Amino acid sequence: MFDYMTLRLIWWAILGVLLVGFAVMDGFDIGVAMLHPFVARNDTQRRVTLNTIGPVWEGNQVWFILGGGAVFAAWPPLYAVSFSGFYLAMLLVLIGLILRPVAITFRDKRPETGWRETWDWLFFVSGFVPALIFGVAFGNLLQGVPFHFDQALRPTYEGGLLGLLNPFALLCGLVSVAMLTMQGSAWLSVKSEGEVSVRARRSGALAAILLVLLISAGGLWIMLGVEGFRIDGVIEHAGPSNPLAKSVTREAGAWLDNYRAYPWMIAAPALAYTGALVAALAFAFSAGRIAFLASSLSVAGVATMAGFSMFPFLLPSSTHPSQSLTVWDASSSKATLSLMLIAVIVFLPIVLAYTSWVYYVLRGAVSEAAIRRGDDYYY
Amino acid sequence: MFEFDVVTLSRLQFALTAMYHFLFVPLTLGLALLLAIMESVYVMTGRTVWREATQFWGTLFGINFAMGVATGVTMEFQFGTNWAYYSHYVGDIFGAPLAIEGLMAFFLEATFVGLFFFGWKRLSKVQHLVVTWLVALGANFSALWILVANAWMQNPVGAAFNPQTMRMELTSFAEVLFNPVAQSKFVHTVSAGYVTGAMFVMSIAAYFILNRRHVAIARRSLTVAASFGLASALSVVVLGDESGYTAGENQKMKIAAIEAMWETEPPPASFTLFGIPDLKSETTKYEIKIPWVLGLIATRSLDKPVEGVKALVERSEERIRNGMAGYQWLAKEGGRPNAAVPPELEASMRDVGHSLLVKRIRPDIENATDAQIHEAALSTIPDVPVLFWSFRIMVALGFYFIALFAAAFYLSSRRRCGKPWFLRMTMYSLPLPWVAAELGWIVAEYGRQPWIIDATMPTFLGVSNIPASNVAASLAAFVLFYSALAIIDVALIVKYVRIGPRDEAEPQRSGAPVLPAPAPAQTR
Repeated sequence: MFDYMTLRLIWWAILGVLLVGFAVMDGFDIGVAMLHPFVARNDTQRRVTLNTIGPVWEGNQVWFILGGGAVFAAWPPLYAVSFSGFYLAMLLVLIGLILRPVAITFRDKRPETGWRETWDWLFFVSGFVPALIFGVAFGNLLQGVPFHFDQALRPTYEGGLLGLLNPFALLCGLVSVAMLTMQGSAWLSVKSEGEVSVRARRSGALAAILLVLLISAGGLWIMLGVEGFRIDGVIEHAGPSNPLAKSVTREAGAWLDNYRAYPWMIAAPALAYTGALVAALAFAFSAGRIAFLASSLSVAGVATMAGFSMFPFLLPSSTHPSQSLTVWDASSSKATLSLMLIAVIVFLPIVLAYTSWVYYVLRGAVSEAAIRRGDDYYY
Repeated sequence: MFEFDVVTLSRLQFALTAMYHFLFVPLTLGLALLLAIMESVYVMTGRTVWREATQFWGTLFGINFAMGVATGVTMEFQFGTNWAYYSHYVGDIFGAPLAIEGLMAFFLEATFVGLFFFGWKRLSKVQHLVVTWLVALGANFSALWILVANAWMQNPVGAAFNPQTMRMELTSFAEVLFNPVAQSKFVHTVSAGYVTGAMFVMSIAAYFILNRRHVAIARRSLTVAASFGLASALSVVVLGDESGYTAGENQKMKIAAIEAMWETEPPPASFTLFGIPDLKSETTKYEIKIPWVLGLIATRSLDKPVEGVKALVERSEERIRNGMAGYQWLAKEGGRPNAAVPPELEASMRDVGHSLLVKRIRPDIENATDAQIHEAALSTIPDVPVLFWSFRIMVALGFYFIALFAAAFYLSSRRRCGKPWFLRMTMYSLPLPWVAAELGWIVAEYGRQPWIIDATMPTFLGVSNIPASNVAASLAAFVLFYSALAIIDVALIVKYVRIGPRDEAEPQRSGAPVLPAPAPAQTR
């Protein structure tokens, strides 16, 4: 179908699409979870926030699961090194991802205030912890992480959980928290009414402005402080997936190489900024739908920006830079990439079609009055 | 003997989280289909009692589904966190069915499950019915792809080792998909799920009938569950997945261990109904054998022998020796950009997986003594008594399910529910399908040991290079967290069973949103 190099490039793009799909779709669930105890102040309001995502969170979570599966299938070394390397961080993410469905489903099953408040805060944790850790993980990706391989390509990771929590990574964690808070606010401003939506719009505008400031700070840090990675000489783009056969150097500002070589890539940061600014304005003018669209585009811009900066690196090694994983030497075989591409081409449009239909059926806001009437199914 | 190293802890964690996940999966599989059947009857007959039944079982389905989703995430990520070398080594093949599962099946199931609950007033009757069927279809597709992945670990077809990338790579996806082990596993596992769903509905319906509550819904649910359960129980026993056990070398070892069959059984092989496996003397005492049956089960014929443990160990020993040359070549040349297996080593390369078994005994395997090679060959024998008994209890339960569902089916076809003792027996049979399912996984996966991928990679090699303390921490976290969730989950299911369906014949005891538990059920 395609040659190996093109397939790898396509799969890098698909990775981006899945990441954006996850950040946009599961992102608003995470955002709603983080906002839940603050924008909703009584039981009815909290049921409103929960029920805005009630019918759709399961589908959204599949973006994350599919992302994991796709990395496993298309970039096995990346899956192996990152998941085992970030072991304890992954455990925290997992606990968050388990708590979220459980909190949503269990909260309404008992009437006691203590029961419900406990789940309200666990719901918050289930949003905040993964949001922070995803950002921290990206922060570490941009700085490289301490791993290397032996001759049999068995990976060894030499860092720990605390090593992940360095200042730049924490800044990226805040970027992620602000971004997903903005996204969750945008969702709530479309899907809720009254006090909840007013508070959501306020938090959304704040998060959008914060996001602009935080990515500016992150960008400056990348330009001046963070040592980027650069492949020395040429690398065979259709060679076997063995990350031990190249040479890599590090240099501050190297993550901007791609923007110099391909100026059109500036579109990604531009989208991140404009999206966030338009979202802030839309929040101020109570234009929920525009806010959601702009916020989603901004989220897509932030994710793409990170991808463009690092290309062709997927996971750079700080201790053994030459063993870094790149698009050209950490993929699956040509046969698997082709097969999986066919699966994506066949199934992703179907998924998008029925997901759109489901959102269409569920259109309209969740009101406090409807929850109080209780004449439909609500959590 | 029992060291708390990364291998042991990772295996323990995988076993616990997988078995825990599989408390929710079979119920999702079975209940989804039962919901679809009940709702179909509602749409065809227009009688609201069927809608109430669907909604009641749907509430319980929802609690269970959330737990299934939550614990499933752990499974997909655990390969990477705890089995990093495995993931690198076979991700090229093993990752594909997992990703396709997400794309084709889990998206379908998870996207429509929300509409199942929230769509009753927003969709037409037929539209809602379609949604329910799509959830059931998604759940079954999901099982298909996961079992394709699992079957590949049992019988790794359609793949070859690439010395340039030092990993297994896909050669034929069709072989992976149409793996005979995958086919029998799929039918067997989803049937087990249907049995679980049917038993769940039937036991709870029996509880209602015993207490004279919601009788209209309970009797109808019982009828559907009895007929569906009977068909599923027949399928789970008749289409048991031992038919796949002849496919691979280790599958043969598994069936020999299940049978505690030390010597090769000449055709037509007989089945050991009962016996006491004795590991020291490598014999099985007090055997009661049924002639011909094993030949039929394992080889689907009466003229093929079924190999015994001792013969298989001998063959393993040969393969360990044979793979050494390939291993040594790989240690020297493997990973080079243009590495290619010399033609004279191709046969040896096929047995490198066996040679790797020696690594557990000494890292420099090329210097292994005869005694060490023999020790490694003996390590290919799985835990015979555990397999022997797990298998027999599972099969006995399978026959019990057939009898129970058949009796219930006969009674309901005569429009009767049976005597209270029968209903009580039905009620208390509730946990048995889970026992059978977990034992089935013990047979399948514990029986696969010492391999993580049959004859290709030993389990101990597949782990991540991480500190044992990390795994101990995560294991402890999972045990605590999962136990707490299990208690809450069971308590909520019990609570909602007690509240019962929104039954028009029986007025609600209290208003929405949350119904208090009714007075304790009367005893008769």
